[in-house]
Amino acid sequence: MRELLLDIRNERLSFFTPAGEVKALNDVSIQLYKGDVLGIVGESGSGKSVTAYSIMQLLPQNAKIIGGTIDFNGHRINDMTEEDMRKIRGNEVSIIFQDPMTSLNPVYTIGNQIIEVIMLHTNKTRKEALERAEELLALVGINEPKKRLKQYPHELSGGMRQRVMIAIALACEPKLLIADEPTTALDVTIQAQILELMMELKEKLGMTIIMITHDLGIVARMCEKIAVMYAGKIVEYGSVDEIFYNPQHEYTKGLLRSIPRLNDKDKKKLVPIPGTPVDLLNPPAGCPFAPRCDSCMKICLREMPPYTTIKDDHFSACWLLQKKEFEQGGGKK
Amino acid sequence: MSKKLLEVKNLKQYFKVGGSFFKPRYVKAVDNVSLFINKGETLGLVGESGCGKTTLGRTILRLYEPTGGQIIYDGQDITKADMLPYRRKMQIVFQDPYASLDPRMTVGDIVGEAIDIHKLAKNKKERQEIIISMLERVGLNSEHANRYPHEFSGGQRQRIGIARALAVNPEFIVCDEPVSALDVSIQAQIINMFEELQEAMGLTYLFIAHDLSVVKHISQRIGVMYLGKLVELAESNELIFHCAHPYTKSLISAIPIADPVTARSSKRIVLEGDVPSPLNPPSGCRFRTRCPYATELCAEKEPELREISPGHYTACHHFDKID
Repeated sequence: MRELLLDIRNERLSFFTPAGEVKALNDVSIQLYKGDVLGIVGESGSGKSVTAYSIMQLLPQNAKIIGGTIDFNGHRINDMTEEDMRKIRGNEVSIIFQDPMTSLNPVYTIGNQIIEVIMLHTNKTRKEALERAEELLALVGINEPKKRLKQYPHELSGGMRQRVMIAIALACEPKLLIADEPTTALDVTIQAQILELMMELKEKLGMTIIMITHDLGIVARMCEKIAVMYAGKIVEYGSVDEIFYNPQHEYTKGLLRSIPRLNDKDKKKLVPIPGTPVDLLNPPAGCPFAPRCDSCMKICLREMPPYTTIKDDHFSACWLLQKKEFEQGGGKK
Repeated sequence: MSKKLLEVKNLKQYFKVGGSFFKPRYVKAVDNVSLFINKGETLGLVGESGCGKTTLGRTILRLYEPTGGQIIYDGQDITKADMLPYRRKMQIVFQDPYASLDPRMTVGDIVGEAIDIHKLAKNKKERQEIIISMLERVGLNSEHANRYPHEFSGGQRQRIGIARALAVNPEFIVCDEPVSALDVSIQAQIINMFEELQEAMGLTYLFIAHDLSVVKHISQRIGVMYLGKLVELAESNELIFHCAHPYTKSLISAIPIADPVTARSSKRIVLEGDVPSPLNPPSGCRFRTRCPYATELCAEKEPELREISPGHYTACHHFDKID
């Protein structure tokens, strides 16, 4: 039996801004088992980062979880105090941020920033922590780790800094690693190095990873499961192969049609998704994708579609699928 | 036979960085680059950050004064010429739609500024008509002319930037990473628009981007740059499927393919290390420090860009040994 590590059920989260309530997450449920690699894809503002940050309770003051529960490794995150949360952050759950230039502290050495995490969460002495830090830098493929420990972030290149970020994230051997667009700020050849490294470490340490990205290529290569988010809702969820070869939601289909492919010999015209992303201050009453959807029906504008299960753990929220299922069910009778 | 619209010969752009008065140090951002673009064609330019692709684009428009070499536009040497008449023919679309529009100007004035400078409208009414027709051309409408840039989303702002470039009815546009700041679904809208505008207005593009899949989609030919040098230039499919330079090869293999089965089966070449500093580039071939095929020859002699098959140029000593 596989061990359930993360269980998010029907989470609703809003930001209360002067302009009104922004419904950032709308009924998000994710179950993650030990060793899973989940990719969350979606456009900017679709709620992919907020979902991940809410697991660590790294939310701005005006954000509030309105409903649902988050269970991580036996802890009910919703009920935890700030003090208890600090024991989990960086220890059981870690995060790698998008921009390695701004997420390291420029006035501390690399060594100081790594041992800070180790000394906070373990009983190691400074000397032991430094030894561990050296090990970690070697693990993430940084040469001359002893010398690097004494250097400042500005002395390292972007790829190196991201490796340091990964080393910090791995310092306490977390059960869950969240990678929030870890390679977006990097060049492709460096991106390839970092992705390779993450895959190696996953094999070695048996981590569970949530990979947040807008790049479908990265997901295809790294992940086993994909959650496609749109306007704060998971519109489709399934295994990589199901999502890529048997997409059911119109938004997922649209995304796959709109990306240029390097390995196509003939030039095909791209099929863009018309319109612009929804304004979460005034979301439409029904399906958030309805205004941009080609197959929009009357009911789509009125009511939020429920999830339809397509196969084992492949499900999608679209009225078209409900209609199809209803017709098939009706035919049998 | 298609006609060359733009040609650069041995173009150099060096930036002075520190050093002493007698011994200045230079970053050779663009070093001895020669290429041409035919009328109605899209030439793609790819490379990693700091490889000089943006500098090359800007130097071609003489937004930077070239250190050496020649720029020939439509048969005329414009390396030293007065640029005003050429600004009407050559335009640019910038990468960041947030930084490249003046927040204090209305969209109408942003698009109209170029019309004023080049005195393209006889009166206010005509100016307004041109502005509106440009906005409509890029999928916006007349209402938008009185609004300010902050009221628009990223994709719409990029459309405004394109409308501004189109306002003078140019022949040639440098597109400097025009879609990299946009979401995937919006990217496709803008790419398609570039293609439609090209067809309708007979435009010629220099399309600069770091995303090889986008460049491949839109360009007929692609040039690859590394540390200020053009290392390979070929027709798009030829470059992707029969690349000859080891850098191009690793660049292509580094791109994650959005297809799980192909992604699992494809072999990746992961380059070691980082791009060396352009202040102090390696001797000989600049790629040799990261190249798996490098030999002593590569350190001693700089490879020249040569034609290995019709229209396919590469700068590598060992291109014939690379499978």
